[in-house]
This record gives sequence, C-alpha cells and structure tokens, in this order.
Amino acid sequence: MKGPTPDSFRANAEHALQDATLQHALGRAQSGFVAKRAHAIAMVDDFEQLKQRAQAAKSRALANLAPLLEQFEASVVASGGQVHWASTTGELNQQVIDICNGVGAHRIIKGKSMIGEEAGLNAAMEHAGFELVESDLGEYIIQLAQEPPSHIIAPAIHKTRQQVAELFKQFHELGDRGLTQISDLVNEARQVLRSAFLTADVGITGANLLIAENGSICIVTNEGNGDLSASLPAVHIVVASIEKVVATMDDASDILEVLARSATGQHMSAYTSFFNGPKREADAGGPKQFHIVLLDNGRSDLLGGPFESILSCIKCGACLNHCPVYTNVGGHAYGWVYPGPMGSVLTPLLQGLKATTPLPNASTFCGRCEAVCPMGIPLPQMLRTLREQQHDMALDNLPWRAGLGFYSWLSLHPRLFNRFARWIRMGLKITPRWLWPRHRQAVQPQGTTTFLAQWQHRKTKT
Amino acid sequence: MQDSTPNKTKSDKAAPRVALYVTCLVNTLRPQIGFACVQLIERLGFRVEVPATQTCCGQPGYNGGLRQQAMAIARQQIALLEPFDHVVVPSGSCAGMMINHYPELLKQDLSWLQRSQALAGKTLELAQFLDQHHWQPDSPPPPHHRRTWAHHTSCSCRRETRSHQCAESMLQLAGYELAELQDQAVCCGFGGSFAAKFDALSSRMGRNKLNQVADCKATGVVSADLGCLLHLESLAGMTGLSGLAEKGTQDFLHVAELLAACQEPQQSSSDVPTS
Repeated sequence: MKGPTPDSFRANAEHALQDATLQHALGRAQSGFVAKRAHAIAMVDDFEQLKQRAQAAKSRALANLAPLLEQFEASVVASGGQVHWASTTGELNQQVIDICNGVGAHRIIKGKSMIGEEAGLNAAMEHAGFELVESDLGEYIIQLAQEPPSHIIAPAIHKTRQQVAELFKQFHELGDRGLTQISDLVNEARQVLRSAFLTADVGITGANLLIAENGSICIVTNEGNGDLSASLPAVHIVVASIEKVVATMDDASDILEVLARSATGQHMSAYTSFFNGPKREADAGGPKQFHIVLLDNGRSDLLGGPFESILSCIKCGACLNHCPVYTNVGGHAYGWVYPGPMGSVLTPLLQGLKATTPLPNASTFCGRCEAVCPMGIPLPQMLRTLREQQHDMALDNLPWRAGLGFYSWLSLHPRLFNRFARWIRMGLKITPRWLWPRHRQAVQPQGTTTFLAQWQHRKTKT
Repeated sequence: MQDSTPNKTKSDKAAPRVALYVTCLVNTLRPQIGFACVQLIERLGFRVEVPATQTCCGQPGYNGGLRQQAMAIARQQIALLEPFDHVVVPSGSCAGMMINHYPELLKQDLSWLQRSQALAGKTLELAQFLDQHHWQPDSPPPPHHRRTWAHHTSCSCRRETRSHQCAESMLQLAGYELAELQDQAVCCGFGGSFAAKFDALSSRMGRNKLNQVADCKATGVVSADLGCLLHLESLAGMTGLSGLAEKGTQDFLHVAELLAACQEPQQSSSDVPTS
C-alpha cells in the first residue's frame, strides 16, 4: 500500500480531519507544547537577546561552512574518530552499512535521528539484514507501527495511549497485563529496550550540534536513550547533516539556550551530552570506534540563495506546534519526514517542487511560525518564494493561475476593476445555493452598489 | 507627519489629506464599512478623500506566486497614494501588504524602493490611525450593539501591522464589552485563496474559532479584517451555534462599524446610507 505523499496533501489533510482518534491525540498534545514554551520564555529576562545570540552563532557557521567542516573533521580525527562524507542519502545508508559490516555487527541500537528518517536508514539496514531497534520511546512506537514520524521531536505524538498499549501487547510477549497508565507503558518499553542496549553491536545516533573546535558532537534527549546508544555498544556511528556544525562550544551553548525552551519548554532537556572520540585509556567506558557520517543531500546548494537560512533550523518543532495547519492535520498529512512550516519549506527543497506542489500552498500566511522560530527563519516568505518558483515553472494549477492572473490584470485597470466589482455583487446575489460549498452560507453583498460607486454618486450630487 | 492631528474642521482646505484605501472586499461586499471609516476619520478633523482609481493592493497575486504582476500593482497604488499626507486602510492584511511587502517587492529598484518606503511610512491600519489621533466616542454603544463581542484579532493585525491592541483599546474606549476569547493568536483559517484551495481544512480552522467564540459566551464577532469576518460568517450559518448568525450579518461586524455607531452622525457627504 502506498502511503500518503507530499503531492496528496489535500486528500491526506481531509482524511486526517475525519480521523477522530488522531484529532483526539493532536488536540491533547499540542496545547501542552505551546503553554510550556510560553512559560519557559516568560522565565528568562530577555529571550530576544538569546535568540539573537543563537542566530549569530548559526549565521557565522553558515558563512564559513566549508572551513568549519574541514576543521571539524580534523578535530574528530585528532580525537581518534573517523569522518565519512555522503552527498546523497543512498551514500549515507551504504556508508553506515559498510561500517557495520566491517565490524561484523548484527544487532543495532539506534537513537532518534531526523537524518536517519530523511535517508530511510532503518529500511535500508533491515533490508541489508541487520536487526535494528529504535531506543527513543516515540521512535520505538512508530517502528513497531511501521509508520514515519509525525513530529520532528515527538515522533509518535499522533498515537493515543490506548493505541500504544495495543502495539505493545501485539509485539511484546509478556502475558496478560494492564498497561493503562503512561508509566506502565514507559516501564515496559524500558524493560524491553534494556536487553537491546546490552546486546547491540553498534549504536547509531543523530546529533543536534557538531563542534568544529574540538570534534565533539552534542545530543539532546529527555530519555537518556541517546547516551546509552552512544556509549554501551562497541561502535558508535553518528549520522548528521552538514549544517549542524558550529565553530565553538560557546556557539553551541548559545544555541542550546533556545533549543529546549522552544521545543519542550524546558530550560535544558534532561540530557544534554557531548561525545568526543572513542574510549581513551583512562576512560571508564565508551565505544572502541567512533564514526561520523555527514550528509549533504542538496544542502550545500542552498548556501548563498534565498533559502540559506532554512539551514539555521535547529529542529525544535516550535513552528509545528504553533501552526494552525499542522495542529489540525498532524504530521503524516505532509507525506514525508519533515512536517509543518519547516517541512513545507525543506521538503520541496530536498525533493523538488514538482512532487511537493501542495506543501508551499498549505499555509494561511498567519505568520505564527516565523514569530516563534528561535532562529528567526522567515518561513512565510520562503513559502511565498516557493510559490513564485512554482508559478514560474507552471506547476500551479491552471484555473488558479488564470484566475489570479486575471484579477491582477484587472487591478491594473481601475475602470474595469470597478465594473467587475459590480458584476461580482450581482453574481453573488443570483448564484444558486447549490453552487456554494455545502457547509458554507452564501456571502451576500450589502447595500445597493459598491462603495466607490456610491461615493462617486454622492460627490457628484453635492 | 504621523502626529499631525489637526484641530481644524474637515472643510478646512489646509487640513491634512487622508486617502481612504477601502480594500476590494469592503468596496464590493460591505460598503457601509467604508462610510463608517469616512465618518471616523473626518471626526478627527482630516480631509478624507477616496482615490477613485484605487483597486486591490495586489496581495492575491503576490501570495499566489505572481510576483511580476504584484510589482506592477504595487507601483500603481504607490503612485496613486503619493499626494496624500496619510493613507488609512480598514484591514491589517492590505495595510500590511503596503507597509511590509511593497518595499520587499520593489527592493531591487532604488527609486521605487524609496517611494514604497515613503508610502509605508504614512500608511496605517484604521484602528491604529484612530488610536494615534486620539479618537473619542460621542455616545455609548447603541442598544442593538449592546452585547458581548468576541474580538477576533486577525493574524495580519497581530503580526503585519502589529495593531491588534489598538482595535481592542478603541472598542473598550467606546464602551463595548469584549469577551475573553481563548487562543486569540491562532489563525481563523481564512488565508485568502487558502480558504478555497483547502476548503475542508480552512472550514475546520474557522469552526474551531467559532467554537471558542461560543465558549466565551460572546454573541457577536468583531474584527479589523473583513476577510476573516466573511469567512467566519459563512461558516457560522451552518454550525447552529446559539446566538450567532441568527440575525444574519449583524453578528459579524468590522471595528469601524462598531466605533462609528458610537459617534453622532454629522452632516456630511459621507453619511452612512440607509439602504
């Protein structure tokens, strides 16, 4: 069965609106994120200043991306690790598979990674015969359900507690049990995952930040699963995209100041961990090998163009949580791994405008995404620019193209424009009810004629 | 220029000239809002003129990806509005287009950029203009408007013109009772062509808003943007929400209409027509 695609957004959205269970799950979860973020921001003296510092750190990094990546690689090598470069998602998957084959690995434990999702890493690894278990609770749930994530920081937000309990009963052979409380579910997942951590040959994680000056990577989680995935197995593989690099630890901390506040409304997430190279002689634990696979996948083409600042995105999810479209339809409607406003910009840039035509149009331009974005990314303007590109490529649908073209032409011809306005009034008055959408009442024009005609009439009378 | 509140009467030829840019929706569908604006601005002592060749701010094309056409429209409106001291627009959406997006559209051409910035500097959303020039009511709200209103702050008034609080304080000054509408920062789902392209989604967003209107016990909706009002009104008729839309359009009014109702009518060319 073919799942939802970006191109079928409209139908996906209509389907989601009719899904009562999904609506229930979305309604409960979203309001929490919004209130918690607002509270966290109210707790700091000057969040605008924190935002500016984070944005400055990221702008500096993007302006020097190539040298910083070289510096990062040198620092990783100096601390005993290895860096691998992947220009496509296929290359990334192959590199990871090659590393795993090289150490004779079979069992893989994985922390949450959007780059892994972007690359379809799980499917590629399972296809190659590896046994892979997601260790982030949300990712674990959607792995069992064989679904893509519906939120970039809360991948299973579309699932209700009851649905999770059903999945667990289906996949865990643990006999009769209640599983009515969230704590029951968490404890059961912890119990099942514990053995996966201890028996895994390789741990794969994402990275929230790559630090050029010392070759460290930073992982932000609330479950500590990233830390276990990174440090228990003998080999740690990090998959990350190139724009995650920043120059210094100070720059990284400036970004961390806004990340958790914007994402979950915490001043810091429960675990903010830095990993640097493999285990050293004096270390009590840690992996024997430390690999980083860096993905480009079209990102370097965005540098210097109108979409460069989408590379500033720190994947906090604030734009999703505050988007009136996302909160009504959920993430799956967007048809790929990045939903919401950032997804409606990034998906067309990574997959091409042709296969993703509805996404840039799925916005009322209410502007709330830009208002809450800690990195100040002008998401509505980017969506508008994508619409302009669609128009230039003649991807917009013909009636709309013709209609907007005609209205724009009319707007340049005032006499015709005003005559047209009077016709519209007449048209609305005589339009039969059945021509209107069933759930809307027909809009009726008021008064005898247009304002401009009435005004002219009055002026000539006096 | 912005604080040039005149203490003179409208007939005084020396009074600053205000261009009323009524917007295509008001012009076509709710002419009364235009007359209400004239009344309100004249009361402050300005000479109100309605440039006869005004059309549309160009936003439908601009948001639909027709950048070149939007640029041509922007240039035409800028040239039209250049002779005036102030431009007042009864819509955060269209005012925001002129203030924020004309300069963005014309940024490549220095001369037009400067002209667009000059327009941006003298353009205000209606409630913002009334607030800056200290509009005062003459009388309390008339009996037929005495009820609890939900003030829907349009996203464009909130984030484009940043004037949503002006409408709120003007309405309160006029003596209107405003309900505590939850989630005021959330979009009502109109979004221009969005409402047509994604009708089911837009309707759901609108019904969410109407449910919140009902939750706060309001029996009327007031907004500074007619687009949102028409969208919500068209949905309200079908939701059967108690107290809403029972008497037709009177339940969804523009800020200008509510404020003008608290002002004594003047002998003027701009009297609100009785039709």
